[in-house]
Amino acid sequence: MEALFSGVELLARWDVLAALLIGSIGGVVIGAIPGVGAAVAIAILLPATFSLDPIVGLTILLGIYGSSMYGGALPAILINTPGTAVNALTTYDGYPMTKRGEARRALALAYSASFFGGVFSIICLIVLSPVLALIAPHFGSREIFLAALLGIVLVVLAHRGQIFAAGMLAAFGLFLNTVGLEPVKYTRRFTFDQSWLTGGFDLIVVVLGLFALSQAFILLVDKDNTPHPQPIKGSMFGNLGELFKFKRVAAASSSFGVMMGMIPGVGEFTAQFMSYTYARKTSKKPELFGKGSPEGLIASEAANNAVPGAAMIPLLALGIPGEALTAMMLSVFYVHNVIPGPQLFQNNLDFVYALYIAMLLLNVIVIVFLIFSTNILVKVIQIPTRFLGVIILTLSFVGVYSLRNSVTDCAVAAGFGVLGLVLKRLNLPIVPIILGMVLGQIMEVKLRSSMARVKTPLDFVDRPIAAILAGLLLLVIVLHIRTLFKEHKNRIAEQDHDHDVHDSQQR
Amino acid sequence: MQRFKTLQDMFKRYRRPGDLVFAVLFLAFALFLMLSLDDQTTWVKRTKTVSQPAFWPTVAVWVMLGFGLLHLIGSLVSPRISGRLTEVIFWLRSVEFAGWFMAYVLLVPRLGYLPSTIIFTVSLAFRLGYRRWQALLSAAGIGVLIVLIFKTFLQVKVPGGQIYEMLPGTLRAFMLTYF
Repeated sequence: MEALFSGVELLARWDVLAALLIGSIGGVVIGAIPGVGAAVAIAILLPATFSLDPIVGLTILLGIYGSSMYGGALPAILINTPGTAVNALTTYDGYPMTKRGEARRALALAYSASFFGGVFSIICLIVLSPVLALIAPHFGSREIFLAALLGIVLVVLAHRGQIFAAGMLAAFGLFLNTVGLEPVKYTRRFTFDQSWLTGGFDLIVVVLGLFALSQAFILLVDKDNTPHPQPIKGSMFGNLGELFKFKRVAAASSSFGVMMGMIPGVGEFTAQFMSYTYARKTSKKPELFGKGSPEGLIASEAANNAVPGAAMIPLLALGIPGEALTAMMLSVFYVHNVIPGPQLFQNNLDFVYALYIAMLLLNVIVIVFLIFSTNILVKVIQIPTRFLGVIILTLSFVGVYSLRNSVTDCAVAAGFGVLGLVLKRLNLPIVPIILGMVLGQIMEVKLRSSMARVKTPLDFVDRPIAAILAGLLLLVIVLHIRTLFKEHKNRIAEQDHDHDVHDSQQR
Repeated sequence: MQRFKTLQDMFKRYRRPGDLVFAVLFLAFALFLMLSLDDQTTWVKRTKTVSQPAFWPTVAVWVMLGFGLLHLIGSLVSPRISGRLTEVIFWLRSVEFAGWFMAYVLLVPRLGYLPSTIIFTVSLAFRLGYRRWQALLSAAGIGVLIVLIFKTFLQVKVPGGQIYEMLPGTLRAFMLTYF
């Protein structure tokens, strides 16, 4: 309880509150603009936050992370274009509701479900934190290595239907991490006698290239397009309470979000799939799913908004990011010499609580903002796409150049920008590259340090948590193979697939 | 219509035109890395295998090679999708904008952040086909706003331009600090 109050104290500063306001409202606006997602915004803002206090910088980034999905529901419902990748499922039921003349009801349900999911996950985490503080110290080098390995395996397996591509790109990320002067034996790896390769590839430069510059290039090369959604008439207050009619679906979906968010490499899509399937199976009107079912909409939005809070668990407790956005946040911690991991939960529980309370507050700010400003957002999303490309390209410059004023960094980022464009056009996943880089570094360090006491391979798993993690690794692979056989029998006809469901996965 | 029934259905991504080109290029890159492994990494004496500097690059490159090969086989056995050349041209067209970006990067230390940004946003907007003065003015406005937020307010590290050195004393210091 003391840590909780101390956490509140950490937040009671004007700069933190301003950061919270800017982050949460900025996140909604960014999320609402199709073509820019939280990843682009966080990548651009990352270097700018380095000069701020850790709590201020992280609050801005958390604000964007936690609120972008709220904003992303708006174009998903109004114009059938998801604002962020994880709102793709929202279009299934949100847009048909708009076509039926129920846009206001759909938006109110999406906002209230998002709020429910967000708050539910944070409450779970506040309750769970003391337990984590007890478990986290039992994670030594080998446990963290195994958890990181599990993260890599899961991120590859989570890309169903594209496992080969995800595998090769995760390995590419691992490779990128190894380039440069290696810090233990001081040997050079893949530097080809080039001085600019000696320092290796900076994560932020790669992230900015793959997420921000690539998005700018896509928008600039593609045809110009201006979305024209219709404004919403009337107040949304009246419709917000309708969520309570569907509280079972909202609670179950949020629980799926929390569970999937906690597992590295899994995230929103699996949570959404599980909650959507659950909602359809238990619904009295399953035939409405995909044709404007309020339950389907709630399942999608509650699940995706419950993930950000839960994704902070492996990041804070073990220092293992579960997806690209938390991987970016990890670099903010490192810059400020705050090392996430078991020690953080033991020694800085107040800091952890401060982050959770900030997330709780941002949900409140966002829902209030959205109730009153939906029609303003409708105007904001009408920016022509090529013009948006100019803005992202200009902003990307600040992100890359302000790191260390290096022209080489900018050239490297531009190169990764072109690679990112190719991957996005091919609908190939980018996240495995980022996780490969980050988890690769963790695995290299932890495997080396854990081998000191390991004589035989079995020694590696002679501690309970290590054994459980190794068992999980095997289980995940076996279950995956079993599921593949099962799903092959159960699959639906090729022409009935929605080929573009993850068209916007990379935003 | 039920659009997905299993996790596989929901996550399945479909091959797009150009997939084969990327698969070939990626495998060629992985092969090049594999052939450079001995030359570009070192195995040191009296060190455990997993602690070798060459261990992780070797793992990464072989996994790239293995999965890259499987991905290529997947592409080869799938039916051909038309539009490959158009797609590759789309990729190459992005190089022009990478060039614009690099020109902007090179311009900033010379002309200064504010003038370079305005020139960049307005000329790029013009290049993209925006001809109305309102659009060009908005582009300039966006440029000014970005500089104000990041350099003036957040004080990010962007050096002042060489051109600022020609300004008189106080104005020079002001421009160097805020723009």
